[in-house]
Amino acid sequence: MERDDVIEYSLQTHHNEEEGKKIRKKIWFVTALLTAITAVEVALGAFIKQGTDIWPMVKWSFIVMTLVKAGYIVLVFMHLGDEKKSLRNIILIPYFMFVLYLIFIAIWEALAINDALQQNAF
Amino acid sequence: MAGHSAHVDASTLWGGKESPFQTSYGKLMMWFFLVSDALTFGGLLIAYGFTRHDAQEAWPIGEETFNSMPFLGHGYPLLYVALMTFILIVSSVTMVLGVEAGHRMDKKGVVKWMIATIIGGFFFVGSQAWEWYHFIHGSEFGKIELADGSQAIVKGHFGEIQNFTVVTPGHHHKKGDVVTEDLMHEFQHAAETGNLKDGMINLHDGSVAKVNKSADDHMKLIIKKNGKQNKVGSHIEGKKAEEMYYASLYSGVPNKVIYGANLQQNEYGPQQYGQFFFFITGFHGFHVFSGVMINIIIMIGVVLGTYHKRGHYEMVEKTGLYWHFVDLVWVFVFTFFYLV
Repeated sequence: MERDDVIEYSLQTHHNEEEGKKIRKKIWFVTALLTAITAVEVALGAFIKQGTDIWPMVKWSFIVMTLVKAGYIVLVFMHLGDEKKSLRNIILIPYFMFVLYLIFIAIWEALAINDALQQNAF
Repeated sequence: MAGHSAHVDASTLWGGKESPFQTSYGKLMMWFFLVSDALTFGGLLIAYGFTRHDAQEAWPIGEETFNSMPFLGHGYPLLYVALMTFILIVSSVTMVLGVEAGHRMDKKGVVKWMIATIIGGFFFVGSQAWEWYHFIHGSEFGKIELADGSQAIVKGHFGEIQNFTVVTPGHHHKKGDVVTEDLMHEFQHAAETGNLKDGMINLHDGSVAKVNKSADDHMKLIIKKNGKQNKVGSHIEGKKAEEMYYASLYSGVPNKVIYGANLQQNEYGPQQYGQFFFFITGFHGFHVFSGVMINIIIMIGVVLGTYHKRGHYEMVEKTGLYWHFVDLVWVFVFTFFYLV
């Protein structure tokens, strides 16, 4: 008897040994990249002190490197890059719209509160 | 609408004979769950950012707080979290290799890579336990409230306590007794409760003993809360730092020093810092733990041949999605909690 509750797969995702080799090569490349980025981050974090002149640049480079890492994890490891474009968009676009707005409004508010607190303190 | 499904394999179709985005129902629902979970973590990290930006300089700095390594002690900023990050990335890689093996219907390969992933997951959870242990116990110096009301965290090498020599006898100790056990614990407890005064310690049995302690090295006070003289961000080093630190520690007044962390207070910075640390890393650790459990369950299914009989390893792919998500969250926690 055919069970329709367990059949839920697109057979396109099967691949042969040849394609597997290519995919594995890509996986190892991403591994090396993520490891290298993490190593750079730790080195920068350990040797460049917060509050120095170049710190703001380092801070932004951390954020950029994090987004690069996240991008590779989502698009390669989670295969979102191989899904249909419409699926990719429906996952990423609403999320980014919401989160960017939330970041903007939260940090803006926080800085205003900090300002007010500092003026009262002295 | 109907034309959409024309070239889709019949087995992919959902109940309504459609296949949105040409994905299976299970995978799409996993993505929906991950998006909502990502919003939860996003909300937590943004709340952290909010609190941090209104606290500004008083907020602790990652490399000041996390600088311990197992077996090696202090002075290794960020290395341990970097190792944790690396472990999690590697376990993510082994997981994706397992998924790849599944696409080739290579059962042995799937089992091998899933075992590696599970081991990596356990390593990460264990590392997190160690990290929490350190965070809760804190440093040997603690955070000190100085004479002018400012608060400072202390860096440097804490001179070892050799012993306590009893000067005034109590219920238990006679005069001239030398106490050599549980010294650090007794010392810190006495410091918190105001039982250290002028180089002497009041022990539990009512006796008073002299503290014999080696000198500290390279002591540095970093001011974290404004006082009458010291302002946030300023550093005090050397002899002057030692004088100020011990004047407070041996003042005989309780609550001048805080060791480690709990939900009320912590030695690293504002109260919220400890709360965010426990909640965000704890919530993430809970995800890792449940991820390991789910991986184990699915691996048992693989070993039993359940998915092989089904003709595809999509279940491995779906747990894989969850596992990569856990790694993804950690990438952000690592940056915003430890690096910036």
